[in-house]
Amino acid sequence: MSDPALNLLLFAALALGCCAMAWPGRGGAARIRRLWRTSERVRAEDVLKQMHELEQEGRAATVESVAAGTGIRRGLAARLLEKLEDRRLAAARGRGFRMTQAGRAYALRVVRAHRLWESFLADRTGVRPEDWHDEAEEREHELTASEADELAAALGDPAYDPHGDPIPSAAGDLPESSGAPLATLMPGEQAVVVHVEDEPREAYHELVALGLGPGVAVERLEGPAGTVRLLVDGAERELAGPVAANVAVEARAGSPASVRPATLAQLEPERAAVVAGVSPLCRGPARRRLLDLGIVPGTPVVARLRAPGDGPVAYEVRGALLALRREQAALVHVEAAEERP
Amino acid sequence: MTSAAVRARAAGEPARRLVRLGLDLSKWDCLVALAGNPNVGKTTVFNALTGLRRHTGNWPGKTVTRAEGAFAHRGRRIKVVDLPGAYSLRAGSADEEVARDFLLSGEPGVTVVVVDAARLERNLGLALQILEITDRVVVCLNLVDEAERHGVSVDAARLEKELGVPVVPAVARRGEGIGALLDAVAEVAAEPERRRPRRLPRRRSAGQDLGDAAAEALYREAGRIAQACVARTGRGAGRFERALDRWLTSPVTGFPLMLAILAVVFWVTISGANVPSAMLASLLVDRVHPLLMDFGASAGLPGWANGFLFDGVYLATAWVVSVMLPPMAIFFPLFTLLEDLGYLPRVAFNLDFLFRRAGAHGKQALTMAMGFGCNAAGVVAARIIDSPRERLVAIVTNNFSLCNGRWPTQMLIATIFVGALAPPALAGLVSAGAVVAVALLGVGFTLGASWLLSSTVLRGEASTFSLELPPYRPPRVLQTLYTSLVDRTLVILWRAVLFAAPAGAVIWLLSNLSIQDASLAQHAIAGLDPFGVLLGLNGVILLAYVIAVPANEIVVPTVLMLTVLSLGDPALGAGAGVMFELDSAGEVAGLLGAAGWTTLTGANLMLFSLLHNPCSTTLYTIYKETGSVRWTALSAALPLGAGFAVCFLVAQLARLAAGG
Repeated sequence: MSDPALNLLLFAALALGCCAMAWPGRGGAARIRRLWRTSERVRAEDVLKQMHELEQEGRAATVESVAAGTGIRRGLAARLLEKLEDRRLAAARGRGFRMTQAGRAYALRVVRAHRLWESFLADRTGVRPEDWHDEAEEREHELTASEADELAAALGDPAYDPHGDPIPSAAGDLPESSGAPLATLMPGEQAVVVHVEDEPREAYHELVALGLGPGVAVERLEGPAGTVRLLVDGAERELAGPVAANVAVEARAGSPASVRPATLAQLEPERAAVVAGVSPLCRGPARRRLLDLGIVPGTPVVARLRAPGDGPVAYEVRGALLALRREQAALVHVEAAEERP
Repeated sequence: MTSAAVRARAAGEPARRLVRLGLDLSKWDCLVALAGNPNVGKTTVFNALTGLRRHTGNWPGKTVTRAEGAFAHRGRRIKVVDLPGAYSLRAGSADEEVARDFLLSGEPGVTVVVVDAARLERNLGLALQILEITDRVVVCLNLVDEAERHGVSVDAARLEKELGVPVVPAVARRGEGIGALLDAVAEVAAEPERRRPRRLPRRRSAGQDLGDAAAEALYREAGRIAQACVARTGRGAGRFERALDRWLTSPVTGFPLMLAILAVVFWVTISGANVPSAMLASLLVDRVHPLLMDFGASAGLPGWANGFLFDGVYLATAWVVSVMLPPMAIFFPLFTLLEDLGYLPRVAFNLDFLFRRAGAHGKQALTMAMGFGCNAAGVVAARIIDSPRERLVAIVTNNFSLCNGRWPTQMLIATIFVGALAPPALAGLVSAGAVVAVALLGVGFTLGASWLLSSTVLRGEASTFSLELPPYRPPRVLQTLYTSLVDRTLVILWRAVLFAAPAGAVIWLLSNLSIQDASLAQHAIAGLDPFGVLLGLNGVILLAYVIAVPANEIVVPTVLMLTVLSLGDPALGAGAGVMFELDSAGEVAGLLGAAGWTTLTGANLMLFSLLHNPCSTTLYTIYKETGSVRWTALSAALPLGAGFAVCFLVAQLARLAAGG
């Protein structure tokens, strides 16, 4: 019989190897798959998209800036830019390059596919907000123009993606992005978030965790310099300056934040309230389900039962007893109910 | 309308005109679709109409695929399609998609919308949506008796005026109002043009804001209509039910009550099944089997055919029936009674916090508990979970529930190998504790595997959570017995028999066909033995798990038979390929000891019995439920992989400890 210690070591090595291969997203298998998918066309499309982004920001597209934005080696970036020039999608200008008319239309098609995919992931699947961007980065290259149109129709022709970025139309028109940086908001002013930047990842994760997303009403509070203190869904939040720079808002007086909305999660047992609305962060199937169950503005609710632990709470809604988890209840805004007769 | 008035209306019911045709769907004059929210008694209305006995339950979301039936009324042949319960036609879940697609494209002549009188407002949401699609609608105001008990009375005439379509009050479980419903359906079917029903302004339902606005308008209208039609008189039974709810879901009393109720169910099942199991075994195995052998011999069958048919096919089947039937016949009706009562959704409510952390749905607590009875039934029960991701999680992980067929194996092995380690006075307690520990380990694996699945392969599946706590309803004991026997027990038993018969044949052939002076089974055992030993098991156990894949119940008899075969002592056992059991644990211990089993073998057999691929009946059921080879394969690979890993680790660690 073989040595048990050796066997255990072999087993551990095997298990580690399996993990390293199969780890979702980062594992060997995922890397190989990505490499397999990344053809020259995909890289060229990424470069065009980067050129479009640089143009939007008013920066010049040079080999350096393109390489930095796409993560492609500089030599390869230079070769790809030459190829784009050969195909008359880009033209050399000064030290850098600019897109031709055809190049801009191509870039917009890719941007459109990307943002439609993000909308699809947000509205139709259970993929977490943190993963929308990466998944769309891959899928954007697989969608033909007509497939993109079909997807748009199925989603109800959305004008904005779930981060608040405008989606280019099929004709290639890109609506202006609007909104001012969060930091321009004065303490005491109210506004609605219109855009959150999904890159870099870490900053975006933080925004998601803070409950910030397009459509969310906020009020700026007094806070220490270099940070932005906000009232979000009735809770105080603090953002570091660089993170706050990733949020754009539109001033809107009298937004729900001004009345400090309570959420269903804060409702004490046996107390009644009236639904004021469902947070815009609740999207897709989860949102439809809440609405279908009759949780719409104006619906009276009474908290009835609290499950043990941090389990769900059962609410009386339109005659039925309905259990909701806390994270769901925290997305339902309520107003105080008039005294029940 | 009061339920007394319904009864008066029902008294003159033309029940005689109902010539029930059961499932003869060949010809029909009118197609009737039955729609409604989950848990409003739609299936009961369907049964009352067609005379079929479909399984109904106090669970939102019971009917998953649509059911069809037919009957004749006033000379017209009417086909009824029972659609799955839906909260809306906006297709949130698979159930709702089926309902919507059928209403939109199946063009039913008449749609009967079943609404719950006690929860009219919520139910009107769907009714109004259906009225936007079609005006050939009859509203069946069901459960008026329950509404009355809760002090709610609905003005059916007023509702009819508000909706613009006929409204028929009914108590479907007692058949009241069904005649009137049929008349109304016939009337609507005969009308060439319908009067205009109430409709909301049309709008494109697309985009988040539009969807919001549509839902808001819908429920504003539902609220207004309910306000006009519903009168609340006093509180009635509501107070008692609320108190009951508080007791059953409070952190202090909820868990002890739940554990007590489940313990009683399991105790009644295990202790109650012993006697009928023994009786069936003595009848089918001890009496009928020798008779069949004699019959075969006297009918001139050659010995091999006799052995193949009666030792192989018959014996395996008989074994499965006698061991499987009694526990299921006790467990399922008990469970169904709790379900009818409305208690099970409260259990899901209580345990949701555990399952939420694992990325699963609280209702999985129920499918898991059902899995303790039978994994195939647990897989079917996952239909109550309406969120796609959580439903798949519940299906794939159900096999970690230690099913009925594995309890006897666990108890026998625990008695021989674990109980023997303790002083005799404590042996019973220690071995019972070991079995409970294995079952709890299974619960741990369920949660761990659920977490693993929902954060890896099932990450992107759409996920929603909603759990409706239906009102408590008095169970109908006789009907429960009938439907749970027919729907659950017999269906699963039949599947098991279908798989057991060929497996019996395979077992017999393996033991009796020889190559080079050794039977195929002996070759297989020798081949599997090194791998088995590496896992702290042996070749016999592995081969037994391969050929006893139809049912866990026949693993122990197969192990015994193969052990005798590999020992090659003709004085033991009942002959090659003939499964047998020994009368006492002591005899089994002697036999296994002679074959070289150690405590490690026993402990690992207990672990492997928990952690191995589901039986073929369950695999087949998983395939039927998911329609996917991929998920079926994963359901087999996941527990098997876990079993190999756990047994291997335990074996190596034990040897390391023994050596060092």
